[in-house]
Amino acid sequence: MAAESNVAETSVAARPPENLIQIIGLSKRFAGFTAVDNVSFDVARGEVLGFLGPNGAGKSTTMRMLAGFMTPTAGTARICGHDVREDSLAARRSMGFLPEGAPTYPEMTVLGFLRFVARIRGYRGGELADRVDHAVALTTLAGVRLQPIETLSKGFKRRVGLAQALLHDPQVLVLDEPTDGLDPNQKHEVRTLIARMAPEKAIVISTHILEEVEAVCTRAIIIAHGRVVADATPAELAGRDASRSLDAVFRAITNPAKAA
Amino acid sequence: MRNVLIVARRELGGYFATPVAVVFIGIFLALQGALTFNLGNFFTRDQADLVPFFNFIPWVFLLLVPAITMRLWAEERRLGTIELLLTLPIAQWQAVLGKFLAAWGFCAIALLLTFPFVITVNYLGSPDNGVIASGYLGALLVAGAFLSVGSALSAVSKNQVIAFVLAVSVCFIFAVASYPVVTDFLSHNAPVLAEVARRMSVTERFMSFTRGVIALRDIIFFASFIGFWLFLNTVIVEHRKAD
Repeated sequence: MAAESNVAETSVAARPPENLIQIIGLSKRFAGFTAVDNVSFDVARGEVLGFLGPNGAGKSTTMRMLAGFMTPTAGTARICGHDVREDSLAARRSMGFLPEGAPTYPEMTVLGFLRFVARIRGYRGGELADRVDHAVALTTLAGVRLQPIETLSKGFKRRVGLAQALLHDPQVLVLDEPTDGLDPNQKHEVRTLIARMAPEKAIVISTHILEEVEAVCTRAIIIAHGRVVADATPAELAGRDASRSLDAVFRAITNPAKAA
Repeated sequence: MRNVLIVARRELGGYFATPVAVVFIGIFLALQGALTFNLGNFFTRDQADLVPFFNFIPWVFLLLVPAITMRLWAEERRLGTIELLLTLPIAQWQAVLGKFLAAWGFCAIALLLTFPFVITVNYLGSPDNGVIASGYLGALLVAGAFLSVGSALSAVSKNQVIAFVLAVSVCFIFAVASYPVVTDFLSHNAPVLAEVARRMSVTERFMSFTRGVIALRDIIFFASFIGFWLFLNTVIVEHRKAD
């Protein structure tokens, strides 16, 4: 604890970028293959990091380790200074996490589900109601708040998952494909929401939609076979190819044989 | 403890938000009624007690309790909600205990709804209601024991059918451990194990409750039985959650 408060004090004095997420040599090996291989990077407050890579590159596994769902084989990560291995509960308290596929309990109503998450997050009474209302307003779920989640469309389900992650206004947001299944209007709303929250938080989003990276991310990391293969701003990355298209760069980096 | 109760409350709400509650309680009451009145000769034996009712309860639970527990963890894993639940600021044992308590509370509700049996037997004669209460306590403990087994085994697989069959099988072993088919076999081959098996029998311990005997050693047995399986449950969830 003492070490953490020292870090906090010096950072206030010197005002360097605060690295809310620190990933240090993170690895995850399963029987027979390495899903994440010695990945290290930091994400500072105010950054929106686009986490890119082909399917099976290790994006979800990395995010699951950040969220405390999987235990790293080696290395660790710190969320607001809390080590995900040593102090998992504190790390989870500082973070909002949208798991892959935005799972929710289908038989619950939107309101019932968000109230459940808010209770687990330690809210009660009037504050609980305020938190839930705020999250419902941010994700424009007011019209369906009393509907069972299983009756909602894919886009609404995704927003329920997002509302759950935003509910406690966390410093760190880790969102696994937050706009998957949304229509273009909803995608735009979610991106606007992310951009609006960005100055206060460190946000990591994984996505397959490269235009999304250009629209909302301040930085992009591409991983392939569990390793970081590119780390730059979207503009820098796009500049690596004559066509100035992220698509082409993505293909060249993650699948060099075919691109050549 | 607050987190445990929040999880339990959500889980219990889930039973009543789906047809699970109505179907389970309906079948439980119908089965208990049919077995007690027909097979158990409730009326013709001319005794003011609930012995036939209690005789069947472990076997009805053997079939129905795994039907409740099979979804506890298998469903979470299939839906992916386990990833949501276990990344909330909650310890794994709190989630395990919360789910178990919800299922146990649900069984308690089902048991309470058998009150017409108690009214009937009191109307027809003057039973020893202390013995009946003790029998109900025993029934609740048997339900808890089977639930803890079923809950742990439901974390083994994403497939609810597998979870159900595993739970029925393992519960069956603990139900028949004191029966001649097991003890005779063991006493011929391994006499020491026969005694161990008899002591591990859930039905044997339950029978003393139905006779009105609430022994501390039986309470301790059920408490440690449930504790052991819930511990195992936590270990299995930790080990298998991300598979």
